[in-house]
Amino acid sequence: MEILQQLTNGLALGSIYALIALGYTMVYGVLRFINFAHSDVLMLGAYSAFFLAPVAERMFGPQSIAGALFIIVVAATICAVVGVLIEFLAYRPLRSRPKLTVLITAIGVSLFIEFTCQHKSVFGADTKSFPKLLASRDVAIGGLHFSSNDLIVLVLTAVLLAGMWFLVQRTKMGMAIRAVSFNEKAAALMGVNVNRVISYTFAIGSALAAIAGIFYSMRAPGIDPLMGIQPGLRAFIAAVVGGIGNLPGAALGGLLLGVIETVAGGIPGVSNYRDGIAFAILILVLLFRPAGLLGKSMVEKV
Amino acid sequence: MKCTLLFLTTAAAFSLVGCKDANTAGDIIVGEYASLTGKEATFGTSSHEGTMLAVEEINAAGGVLGKKIKLITEDNQSKAGESATVVNKLISKDGAVAILGEVASSRSLEAAPICQSNSIPMISPSSTNPKVTETGNFIFRVCFIDPFQGTVMANFATKTLKAKKVAVFTDVKSDYSKGLAKFFKEGFVKAGGQIVSELDFNGGDKDFKGQLTTIKGASPDAVFVPGYYTDAALICIQAKEIGLNVPLFGGDGWESEKLTEIGKDAVEGTYFSTHYAPDVASDLSKKFVAAYKARYNGKLPDAMAALGYDSAMMLADGIKRAGSSDGAKVRDALAATKDLDAVTGKLTINEKRDAVKSAVILKVEGGKFKFVETVNP
Repeated sequence: MEILQQLTNGLALGSIYALIALGYTMVYGVLRFINFAHSDVLMLGAYSAFFLAPVAERMFGPQSIAGALFIIVVAATICAVVGVLIEFLAYRPLRSRPKLTVLITAIGVSLFIEFTCQHKSVFGADTKSFPKLLASRDVAIGGLHFSSNDLIVLVLTAVLLAGMWFLVQRTKMGMAIRAVSFNEKAAALMGVNVNRVISYTFAIGSALAAIAGIFYSMRAPGIDPLMGIQPGLRAFIAAVVGGIGNLPGAALGGLLLGVIETVAGGIPGVSNYRDGIAFAILILVLLFRPAGLLGKSMVEKV
Repeated sequence: MKCTLLFLTTAAAFSLVGCKDANTAGDIIVGEYASLTGKEATFGTSSHEGTMLAVEEINAAGGVLGKKIKLITEDNQSKAGESATVVNKLISKDGAVAILGEVASSRSLEAAPICQSNSIPMISPSSTNPKVTETGNFIFRVCFIDPFQGTVMANFATKTLKAKKVAVFTDVKSDYSKGLAKFFKEGFVKAGGQIVSELDFNGGDKDFKGQLTTIKGASPDAVFVPGYYTDAALICIQAKEIGLNVPLFGGDGWESEKLTEIGKDAVEGTYFSTHYAPDVASDLSKKFVAAYKARYNGKLPDAMAALGYDSAMMLADGIKRAGSSDGAKVRDALAATKDLDAVTGKLTINEKRDAVKSAVILKVEGGKFKFVETVNP
């Protein structure tokens, strides 16, 4: 019973990691670098919801489903714009430079956002209480206890993952994304507007991060400008474990990491080392499958 | 010509700065470091407001030794490493003759060695870990210590909560939490109780369900969470969600309005021990509450504010009795503090430079902290 409860806890947490990991993996797919500012977009998503909640309450009444959807959609839109702006201002001018330059810039962007937001006149560094977006009920089914919010998060994540799969596999833009990720130059020669595809990828990835940020804050309703670092780091591991650049891999990695972390946290004496355990597993996976669980190893073309 | 003009303006600017320094030379400079922002921001803010109020009252009454006290406050953003930097700055750049701070034991432990090696007295308002004053003979505090607080909570768990089996959930990142957990466990086992589960978390974590599920599996009568308020509030919320419906209780790290603001109905019915409650009060305490309310727009002072106030009052008393602001002389005077009337009770410093004080236990009820009982040492 206890292990089933742990699995439920882990899946609810892991599905949030999966959403964040998708953003990392998509950007890696088209640009071949890790967008470290992704975790800060998550934080901006949570803060957008924080400031939108009173507006939504006035428009739709307190803790209504319409209000929650309104908040999620608007916050996702705000973060999509932020994501596109980050790419346009910070990464695009460096497109033709070595990947290391872009990587360091990404770290710089991340620190810039974190410390700007900690300033008194922006959000301030203290923890803010995240408003209740939905009336939550504690559900108990045959000894399994969880919050109704966990269930909603799980379902919405599944829907979003399916939506992402459809978008990438079945739409014209998805085909363009895949083409750019396969070979940027060849895609450009075939008439794909590479800049547009990259902006689009950032918009979607950032929107997902915003939604993940809101879900994360619904689970733990205390938000601060550094809140993105921990889930961001874990989602990054999830993306690598699943095979970076691979969408189902990111989802699988996220769920796996959520479960491992929760189960490890529940073992007396080990609970303190749960991050260490997650990283040890990352190393093990990469030793035996260097391209990740679902990743295909590619021969480097010289 | 332009060059000369620029030079002259710069020189003028510098001389202005020089003037400012010269003006304050007559004041007694006291440094304060506090967590004004970050994870434990309400601790630093309360403590700072109490300290400020004390300094203003002292100065309004003519200061000490005919001089005004000038308080210079630095923010450490609740971050590890920052306290050492800002205290170094307060001592070497600002020339502070004494240092006041911090609430969190981990951060007091960072600054204490610096004050000790500079022979500058430091008074911590509310760090309860015994190691803080063990750093050296220049380090004092105006609050009780965790061996006492741990025993108080152990007795409370056995007598009032009637708990036989208790789980302990410790923040391994915090010296305060580890110390308090240790003393609680010793006290609880001595009182005949049983510790059924011991799990750890890292301060700043957002997900505790893994640990809480295991704690629930051990079916304790109550759970002791010696942590700080943000983590404690999240733990209470997630405990309710997985159906762990036993009383949760903690130490003075819980006392913040953020506990109820974040935890909402999940923290209802929880208990914690702290230094002071505004309901049970001496005349001095009533005066302090009135003055605090008047100064800070009707805000009710909490224990951190009261202790911040007391720390500044004890320092002023020490300087007065020392007859000078020299570090070693003030130290000797502080060590001899006896029966000083303070907001949080009579203040006597023992040979370990700790204050011997009683503790109060509060219950969260209707979003407010309600007084339950006082426990004397």
